[in-house]
Amino acid sequence: MLKIENLHASIDDKEILRGINLEVKPGEVHAIMGPNGSGKSTLSSVIAGNEDFEVTDGKISFLEEDIAELAPEERAHKGIFLSFQYPVEIPGVSVTNFMKTAINESRRAQGLEDMPANEMLKKIREKSELLEIDRKFLSRSLNQGFSGGEKKRNEIFQMAMLEPKLAILDETDSGLDIDALRIVSDGVNRLKSKDNAVVVITHYQRLLEYIVPDYVHVLLNGRIVKSGGKELALELEEKGYDWIKQEVAV
Amino acid sequence: MAYTEEELKKELETKEYEYGFYTDIESDTLPVGLNEDIVRAISLKKNEPAWMTEWRLEAYRAWTQMEEPAWANVTYEKPDFQAISYYSAPMKKPKYESLDEVDPELLDTFKKLGISVDEQKKLAGVAVDIVMDSVSVATTFKKTLAEKGIIFCSISEAIQEHPELVKKYIGTVVPERDNFYAALNSAVFSDGSFCYIPKGVRCPMELSTYFRINQAGTGQFERTLVIADEGSYVSYLEGCTAPTRDENQLHAAVVELIALDDAEIKYSTVQNWYPGNKEGKGGVFNFVTKRGLCEKNAKISWTQVETGSAVTWKYPSCILKGDNSVGEFYSIAVTNNYQQADTGTKMIHLGKNTKSTIISKGISAGKSQNSYRGLVQVNSRADNARNFSQCDSLLMGNECGAHTFPYIETKNKTAQIEHEATTSKIGEDQIFYCNQRGIDTEKAIALIVNGFSKEVLNKLPMEFAVEAQKLLEISLEGSVG
Ligand SMILES: Nc1ncnc2c1ncn2[C@@H]1O[C@H](COP(=O)(O)OP(=O)(O)OP(=O)(O)O)[C@@H](O)[C@H]1O
Ligand SMILES: [Mg+2]
Repeated sequence: MLKIENLHASIDDKEILRGINLEVKPGEVHAIMGPNGSGKSTLSSVIAGNEDFEVTDGKISFLEEDIAELAPEERAHKGIFLSFQYPVEIPGVSVTNFMKTAINESRRAQGLEDMPANEMLKKIREKSELLEIDRKFLSRSLNQGFSGGEKKRNEIFQMAMLEPKLAILDETDSGLDIDALRIVSDGVNRLKSKDNAVVVITHYQRLLEYIVPDYVHVLLNGRIVKSGGKELALELEEKGYDWIKQEVAV
Repeated sequence: MAYTEEELKKELETKEYEYGFYTDIESDTLPVGLNEDIVRAISLKKNEPAWMTEWRLEAYRAWTQMEEPAWANVTYEKPDFQAISYYSAPMKKPKYESLDEVDPELLDTFKKLGISVDEQKKLAGVAVDIVMDSVSVATTFKKTLAEKGIIFCSISEAIQEHPELVKKYIGTVVPERDNFYAALNSAVFSDGSFCYIPKGVRCPMELSTYFRINQAGTGQFERTLVIADEGSYVSYLEGCTAPTRDENQLHAAVVELIALDDAEIKYSTVQNWYPGNKEGKGGVFNFVTKRGLCEKNAKISWTQVETGSAVTWKYPSCILKGDNSVGEFYSIAVTNNYQQADTGTKMIHLGKNTKSTIISKGISAGKSQNSYRGLVQVNSRADNARNFSQCDSLLMGNECGAHTFPYIETKNKTAQIEHEATTSKIGEDQIFYCNQRGIDTEKAIALIVNGFSKEVLNKLPMEFAVEAQKLLEISLEGSVG
């Protein structure tokens, strides 16, 4: 589904991603871990098409198609979704209005009519129940004044609404309380199928107890330096990153 | 494509005026220039009574003694007042019973505007008095209104049919010699709208007028007079667009609102006149005097969406004369390319317990300058006057400017005045966030701007809100985005 080969990306001539290789197949869950500043969010931004970063080398393909030249919204229309580490506020635009616009823009891109209002309402009801979101919340301005946890839950609500093929969750767990973590993880799990895939970026093993990964990758200095099964996350939790840094140095 | 300052700048430059077309309806035009004879000729052409001619002449004489004001934060080449033709009326000017009989070219014009007459008809409950180049060419729904005793007609007609009302109220809120442009308007106004709501009557529909400057080289001097008698209510909509022209066109309108005891007037404007091209050439000069007078317990709300004109100079104001009267001003002003807007309001608190609210949203892009200028004045007699002002500016790119000039003058210690101001920029992170959700940059900017303007958009009547939102999007299309 997603295939990244030898990806290099930089910002202001500073190289951040330095040769990433990653393949995600339908039905899989991948976890990416790594120290602060190692390039995890940069990788997700580059996959989503953020042009603040310059891709200097390598290839990204999605569903067998090279997406290097596609605008972020075109990638979104193809089914790439990013749950932001730091969701952005948009004053005066309600969550509902934002979702309505997003869904209809994607539909238009596919040559479809706008989603009928009753269908939209039904979907909103269904997905907000799934994530136990009070519907009053949906009339508030997007992310404005939301608590850290509310923002993250709202990201997953948007994912549920948009039903992407590939969801990248960038530290969605940080900021969530214990109950919220369970609710959000349940939501993600219920949206999972053999046709879609999830990449979770996290610092903590805890999330991976709920969203169980098929693969765990360690990102260090812009490279994936180690990959393994879900046990790798446990090992990292226990030992930290130093041993990996040493391994790499050797 | 992700949003960058550079790209935004480029996009801003590509915007051309959507409504730049010219309706070829024969006009009857006076020679250029202005003197007492021209003033008399206008009055004569309109078959006006002597008192009206005299009133115009007085205004003209006052005007010749006045200087064009220079205090606004705008720079432009002063119009040559002797190079303008002061009267232009469509040749074919029968009054129609129904809109079907209207000149097809005019209907076509409306279609291009996206406010086709068909569409308007569907908007049941909207009476449309179309003012095109100064003379009313169609008036509808008159009967329904007449049953309630409501008068809604062109001001020329009002001068003929209801001279006592016109004579009593014209110039009482905006005197002939109020300011340079108001004096000019008083001397040469060619047409405009007149509305009278009798005591205790709630006007059952939104009254609506579409203005349009159409003849090259003719200035437009509209005169509007709205009188809401005691305990009555009316909501009045004014919308304007002008076709593309190379030379600047002058527009100096005067609007007077009178809300007698316990009456309420809502006056909403959508202004989308030609703003000039991307080099700043052409465009309408919009120098408007709008003012309302509130008697006891009366209320006047001004709501405006200003997206057009090269230079805008406009301060819809309220004189809160009666005790417990209320004045409101809700404004969205968009400037792009080389547009300059200096707009705001004056709230003059004279009565006790008077209240005013000012919400101003300025959006600037390109190399434009957008200024809010507001005066809140509390007189010594105005015990417990209250004002709340909020001025928010949204900037796009680095070459535009947003300015806020709030003036507060109080002569009464019991006054409570609050002023809040914010300035923000559309962030690249906001754009990327929208992009990531499948919303392209243009749509994202429209969404963000709509969000920013929401408090004001919500004040517009339903019929207008949709159009206003569309206009915001059009003026932002490939422009502010
Ligand atoms: N816009 C930017 N300008 C300059 N440097 C940047 C920018 N964005 C990211 N970087 C740098 O790139 C490196 C990788 O950042 P990134 O956000 O991808 O790290 P991360 O792995 O997600 O870290 P964390 O775990 O703290 O979220 C950091 O050194 C960061 O300072
Ligand atoms: Mg990060």
